Amino acid sequence: MSARRLPADWPLPVLALLLTAFGIAMVYSAGQTDVPTMVAGIWRTQLMWFTLGLGVAYVISRTSVRLLEWGSVWMYLGACAMLLLLIFIGQGAGTAASTKSWLAIGGVRLGQPSELAKIAVVLMLARVLSAQRTAPTSLFALWRPAVIALVPWVLIMAQPDLGTGIVFIGIFFAMLFWSGVSWPLLLMAASPGISLVLAFSTGLWGMWAFLFAALLYWKRPPLLEVTFLAVANFVMGVLAPLLWDKLNPYQQRRLLVFLDPSADPRASGYHVIQSQVAIGSGGLFGKGFTDGSQKRLAFLPEQHTDFIFPVVGEELGFLGVTLALGLFCILLLRTVRIASRASSPFASLTAFGLTAAWFTHIIVNVGMTVGLMPITGIPLPFFSYGGSFMLACWMAVGILVLISSEGRGKADALVI
Amino acid sequence: MSFHPNDVQHRARVASGLLFAGFLLLLAAFFRTQVLQNARYVLASEENRLREIPLPAPRGIIYDRTGKIIAENVPGYSISLLARNEDSLRVTMRRIGALATVTPEQEGAAVRRYRRDRTRPTVLFGDAPFELVSLLEERRSEFPGLIIQSAPKRHYPDGAAVSALVGYTGEISDAELGQDAYADYKAGQQVGKDGIERQYETRLRGREGVRFVEVDARGRVVREDAREDLVPEAPQPLWTNIDLDLQRFVAEVFGDSLIGGVVAMEPRSGEVLALHSAPTFDPNRFIGGIPRSYWTELQEDERRPLYNKAIKGTYPPGSIWKLQTAIIGMQHGLVDMDDRMATPCTGGYQFGNRYFRCWDRKGHGDVTLAEAIEHSCDVYFYQLGLKIGLTRLIAGGIQLGSRERSGIDLPAENRPLFPTDPPKAYYDKLFGPQGWSNAVTLNLSIGQGENSQTVVNMARFYTALATDGHAAKPEIVRGQAERVKLFELPPAQMKGMQDALTNVVGRGTAAGSRLQGIAVAGKTGTAQNAQDKVNDHAWFVGYAPADDPKIVVAVMLEFGGHGSRAARIATRIMERHLKQRVVAMPETEGE
Repeated sequence: MSARRLPADWPLPVLALLLTAFGIAMVYSAGQTDVPTMVAGIWRTQLMWFTLGLGVAYVISRTSVRLLEWGSVWMYLGACAMLLLLIFIGQGAGTAASTKSWLAIGGVRLGQPSELAKIAVVLMLARVLSAQRTAPTSLFALWRPAVIALVPWVLIMAQPDLGTGIVFIGIFFAMLFWSGVSWPLLLMAASPGISLVLAFSTGLWGMWAFLFAALLYWKRPPLLEVTFLAVANFVMGVLAPLLWDKLNPYQQRRLLVFLDPSADPRASGYHVIQSQVAIGSGGLFGKGFTDGSQKRLAFLPEQHTDFIFPVVGEELGFLGVTLALGLFCILLLRTVRIASRASSPFASLTAFGLTAAWFTHIIVNVGMTVGLMPITGIPLPFFSYGGSFMLACWMAVGILVLISSEGRGKADALVI
Repeated sequence: MSFHPNDVQHRARVASGLLFAGFLLLLAAFFRTQVLQNARYVLASEENRLREIPLPAPRGIIYDRTGKIIAENVPGYSISLLARNEDSLRVTMRRIGALATVTPEQEGAAVRRYRRDRTRPTVLFGDAPFELVSLLEERRSEFPGLIIQSAPKRHYPDGAAVSALVGYTGEISDAELGQDAYADYKAGQQVGKDGIERQYETRLRGREGVRFVEVDARGRVVREDAREDLVPEAPQPLWTNIDLDLQRFVAEVFGDSLIGGVVAMEPRSGEVLALHSAPTFDPNRFIGGIPRSYWTELQEDERRPLYNKAIKGTYPPGSIWKLQTAIIGMQHGLVDMDDRMATPCTGGYQFGNRYFRCWDRKGHGDVTLAEAIEHSCDVYFYQLGLKIGLTRLIAGGIQLGSRERSGIDLPAENRPLFPTDPPKAYYDKLFGPQGWSNAVTLNLSIGQGENSQTVVNMARFYTALATDGHAAKPEIVRGQAERVKLFELPPAQMKGMQDALTNVVGRGTAAGSRLQGIAVAGKTGTAQNAQDKVNDHAWFVGYAPADDPKIVVAVMLEFGGHGSRAARIATRIMERHLKQRVVAMPETEGE
């Protein structure tokens, strides 16, 4: 056990603190509406959760990576057990009122275990991937990480919580990439999903199928794998549209609104439109802190959780948006640096997995507010109101600080 | 597991590049939305946030010639609603109905206004009673989106006395909203419906103001003064030629029992001093919606109070038209004031197989034209008419304005009825080629037959008699005097005719209406009409003082009997005008 400790990577917690301060300020502003709601006072709750998160992060940063590696299995099993429990006793609340994502005991909502599950999956995947001597070269060799990601993913999709599910997919592929899986293999692993997305257009899917076939011909994976991929892509690309026609119109509508919010301007489409109006009307300099009319007059829905970024856009303008996105960008570049300088493959993979989780959150959430992404209930790290999420974010900060303090000052060969 | 530093560095570079690209993409999307499309979204956000509440503007004040008020504005209240949909509008109406009486008509009208224009607040009560206003003001929080504001309300201090003149205002109708003339009007606005109010709508209409209120996503008003108001503006007041004192006097003289119309005007300028139609209605009751019962009452009244008898009603003119026969005869050199006709009046005249009576069975004997005018001898005018001939009589009558509107500045003046030229075609069409004879000439020459004149047009004709053959266009609102030459006679003939008209009142058919110290000239008319065989229409048109005319008065009493009755009213009006203090025209700004 090497006790070689370096000074922690101080820019990381500083960036996280800046973002959290920014975020809590926006939660405060989100509460400043002309007709006050319960949102008015929640910035205090958020501040409390942050304090708790800061404490937990400090404690984690004082432990060791080895302890994390050892605890990852138990954490993973615990998370899976809790997700399984939610299927039976989960409750809906807040932005996810229709889903069973909340764990409550005796009527008191404790938190959303899926936030903890993200960290657990990152740790578990890091452990499994780092244990392999060489990077997997065949599709079936990926079965271990695939199962590890799939179990909680299925449990989360059963809540159903599509947003968190997307984050798991992001984590999974990012960590495979970081462990050295070649891009053709990543493409093969992702191919059924790509087929599903492209299935709406026969032409596009046909083009994809042709290119994918060429890739298979070039890489020549084992016959069994080729068969598997061919079947999976066929099912997703050809059978899925047929199944689609079997769906009830209202079911189709739900899925369509998911893909294209303007298809239903009264419900979720309304959210995107009002979100874009808020952002667009902010202009270069914004309407002033707490003075956003879209937010004040309740035109902006969920202004303290999923749609908190439009408040930034409306009140602080393009400059505020640039500042927030700039801080996020520097933070993530910093965590990639931590990953590349970590002392062990496990630490490196963990750091990169946490980076991928944040990145997915940011791209999907911010992209959704400006109309680049479909609406999926997914919060923005350090900004969106939510106790478990704030706690999870700061746990991640703690882990990253720990990894940086045990890492090497510069990037060189990791001793395997 | 490939964790060779080179590999890791490579992957870190790829990952950092992807990260950077992702953030750049987001930033580009925000740049597009916030900077490039900013204007579009600012507009959308303002539309979300602001509701324009129209502030009704006061209408222009209408003054008489001395600055007395004919129409003004008094404080009133309007109640409107920012309704999200028709259902919420109905619900609000019901809830108000639980507190006060709301008639189904009021609810229906509110829904119609809402359907017309959904972006503006819907007017629920255009002229809300104060009790309702205070009731709702107390419960304001229970009615989100309700807007109670002061709305100037039209008021006519003299009410019924000026109804024929000023008309009234009312909410713009659906039919009017469809017309080009009302292109910039909105449902629920007030508009002139009749009289001066309608004629001078463009000059009387104020410029509506706007108040901006801020609403939230649920349509609740959260801030009253979200932006500076655009203040409503009243237009310049409208100055008229009306002498309100005289107008009141006319209304008083007519009282409730008489039916008819009066026009009093200045003969040279055409300034209308008074215009009245009896019976009257109260225009103040029209403001803010006419009560149904009052409307029905007016509609069912056989005396037709809403029908303006001074400008719309057409009546056979009878003897007051004989002056046109006389002028046409003199113009053609067929007769002079001293000339007599071949057959003296013995109470009637045999024409073919028909006997045409004179109004006086005793007969007037052998009379000159001057005496025939004084005593209104029908037999004389039958013969004069025959001398002129039908063609020249009708052509002359048309030239003297018998087929023309007076051109008074009031809406919907009716055109008098008079045959067209050539007469043969007109009568062939009217009665069939075999259906008429030259007897129509006899009737026309005494102002009967196919001749129906408006009171205002006869007043206009007499302005030419009172002066020098030039008729003045009657004008209620001050403008340029407009005179048209109707005829020209040698001074001796003109003088002779005017003297004869003076003698009508001095010793002729209107002798009973003589005035102390004022010489009045004029002509009575007792016109038979198709509706009532017993009671004739009574006419008098004249001017005073005879030697220097200051006022022309035309009075017509429907079924009023003999013209001398009308003469008595006319001379009282003249007396009132001439004997009261000399009214000086004030210096006015603008109009």
